[in-house]
Amino acid sequence: MATDNNNIINEVTNSEYKYGFVTDIEMDQAPMGLSEDTVRFISAKKNEPEFMLEFRLKAYRKWLEMEEPTWAHLHHPPINYQDIIFYAAPKPKKELASLDEVDPQLIETFNKLGISLEEQKKLSGVAVDAVIDSVSVKTTFTETLSKYGIIFCSFSEAVQNHPDLIKKYMGSVVPYSDNYFATLNSAVFSDGSFCFIPKGVRCPIELSTYFRINAANTGQFERTLIIAEEGAYVSYMEGCTAPQRDENQLHAAIVEIVALQDAEVKYSTVQNWYPGNKKGEGGIYNFVTKRGICKGSNSKISWTQVETGSAITWKYPSVILLGDNSVGEFYSVAVTNNYQQADTGSKMIHLGKNTKSTIISKGISAGFSENSYRGLVKISKNATNSRNYSQCDSLLMGDKCGAHTWPYIRTENSSSIVEHEATTSKISEDQLFYCQQRGISTESAIGLIVNGYAKEVLNKLPMEFAVEAQKLLSISLEGSVG
Amino acid sequence: MLLSIKNLHASINGKEILKGVNLEVNKGEVHAIMGPNGTGKSTLASVIAGRDVFDVTEGSVLYKGKNLLALPVEARASEGIFLGFQYPVEIPGVSMTNFMRTAVNEQRKYKGLDPLPAGEFLRLMEEKKKMVEITAKLANRSVNEGFSGGEKKKNEIFQMAMLEPTLSILDETDSGLDIDALRIVANGVNKLRSPENATVVITHYQRLLDYIVPDFVHVLFEGKIVKSGGKELALELEEKGYEWIKDAVI
Repeated sequence: MATDNNNIINEVTNSEYKYGFVTDIEMDQAPMGLSEDTVRFISAKKNEPEFMLEFRLKAYRKWLEMEEPTWAHLHHPPINYQDIIFYAAPKPKKELASLDEVDPQLIETFNKLGISLEEQKKLSGVAVDAVIDSVSVKTTFTETLSKYGIIFCSFSEAVQNHPDLIKKYMGSVVPYSDNYFATLNSAVFSDGSFCFIPKGVRCPIELSTYFRINAANTGQFERTLIIAEEGAYVSYMEGCTAPQRDENQLHAAIVEIVALQDAEVKYSTVQNWYPGNKKGEGGIYNFVTKRGICKGSNSKISWTQVETGSAITWKYPSVILLGDNSVGEFYSVAVTNNYQQADTGSKMIHLGKNTKSTIISKGISAGFSENSYRGLVKISKNATNSRNYSQCDSLLMGDKCGAHTWPYIRTENSSSIVEHEATTSKISEDQLFYCQQRGISTESAIGLIVNGYAKEVLNKLPMEFAVEAQKLLSISLEGSVG
Repeated sequence: MLLSIKNLHASINGKEILKGVNLEVNKGEVHAIMGPNGTGKSTLASVIAGRDVFDVTEGSVLYKGKNLLALPVEARASEGIFLGFQYPVEIPGVSMTNFMRTAVNEQRKYKGLDPLPAGEFLRLMEEKKKMVEITAKLANRSVNEGFSGGEKKKNEIFQMAMLEPTLSILDETDSGLDIDALRIVANGVNKLRSPENATVVITHYQRLLDYIVPDFVHVLFEGKIVKSGGKELALELEEKGYEWIKDAVI
């Protein structure tokens, strides 16, 4: 029975190892551990201007004084930061001649997710034929974008080609001293993405499309910076529904978003990093700092996330509502199965007048997992007539998992309205039996029920990802009931 | 013989509910099972459908000549067994269209058929909605969510119409219905009657049987069928009450 199988994703991602990431030992990696020398090494390797090195060193020195936070509802063995290689040039994957050489289970997962053949090849490292060469597609995209004055490139390229923008905005939303993991990232970040939408421009394509074809080699310490000038709009998608494996256990990324007057940024994430095996061994530790600032009036930032991967997720996408009438949104589905742990939520900081925020969080816990919502809604004295609506729902599958909610609300004026709703429910035997009695198999039934539960959030995803995300939810929970 | 139940014993948490039920149902027949509360009527329906909270401790159930008890719930459904629930559950966020399409296509898959094309499926929905006089925009609503008691029961009959079962078991479909809803539900059931299928109606009151006229009436009492007869038995029960059966049996 399929229900007895391990989580298919685990199997697939486990077996990916045998096709190997070629490990050429060259001098393209930093010495083990973290020191000022490591930081200088990374900066030199990337040929960075002086201001970048200074930024990194400032962060490194700050980090030395900091302590790893322990307030989250997460348990893991201590991380030995001297046992990590902080910089290695991307290792080339071995190219395969055709899909026949790829693990059939991986193909099965791709098919279940409905990923096209071309993309399957790309994702599993098969050489793509010349006709639909991703490089040429990428070039076409870049040409289209540059016509509008949009800059979309790697963070390293931006440092070289647009140092003024980097200098102006980097660290302006997440300061180098923000928190332990953000500070670590500021010292050692490897690369990431940079996106700039000039005044009045509506980005003509979903940057998700671009991203998927580009399928950038996401690093261990990623850094993303998105700037939308006055009246600009962009929809940006990070990640991929296909299972992703990384040999680096510790991930500490930063995403900063700046929205000027009347600008809107939609940021969607599908996170499916290796979650560890069924016994809770291995898996990625994902400590992410994501924050946006609605700097100008009438601006809007929304975060939508579907989190199914990682052994540990620590992540609170936030919005600082500085401009009057600005809007912040957070829509999240977080699935934990087996021994996964997630402590995730959002922070909405209302500073401007008439600011509005919405938080919809849907946690789904199965197996022995722990799923926590942690959120802060802060309405300052000057944020008169502001509103927040928060809804935190937890769905439990089985009786060995946990769901927790920690909402913090601070309001400093009396003209604002804050609403918080929370529910906890279980997939009932009655619901399952009802579906089965209509001829629907247990797994399809769970898929139906879970997707129904998460519908409000899935509806916010870009269309092309919504369908895949639905399937991903079902697959992530396979074998968790029955 | 469509369904043959012999000496069926079933219990829940060690407590025996069914204590040797015998029942035979042929195609084209309508059977009514009556009896006071707590005598095992709903348990019998659940055991036939395959609910696993009940343990079958003795006896056999043959359906189309197959050992029904060996089949999982969804296979029984795909083999044509339909249970109209006494208390239909709500499934938030799942539209009726999506739910029905999944059910229809999974049943087709079981039979080795391709999924129904979307257009054809929607036409089928419209046709069957008319049959059970469902006027609301049912398709966009979540399964049973916010439905009134009557709507829920109509929705059960609508699903029955969609899935075209061979053996339908309607568990207290009349409970909580006003007279108009009762008429609509009964009409739906009558329209679906054919020489190729059979219906088992579980009810407490004779009232429903004015609309759905049974070929056979059985009285279930303390886990056993203690009396069987034609449709006139229902009237006799209505008149004399269940005390009469108790006295007759004991």
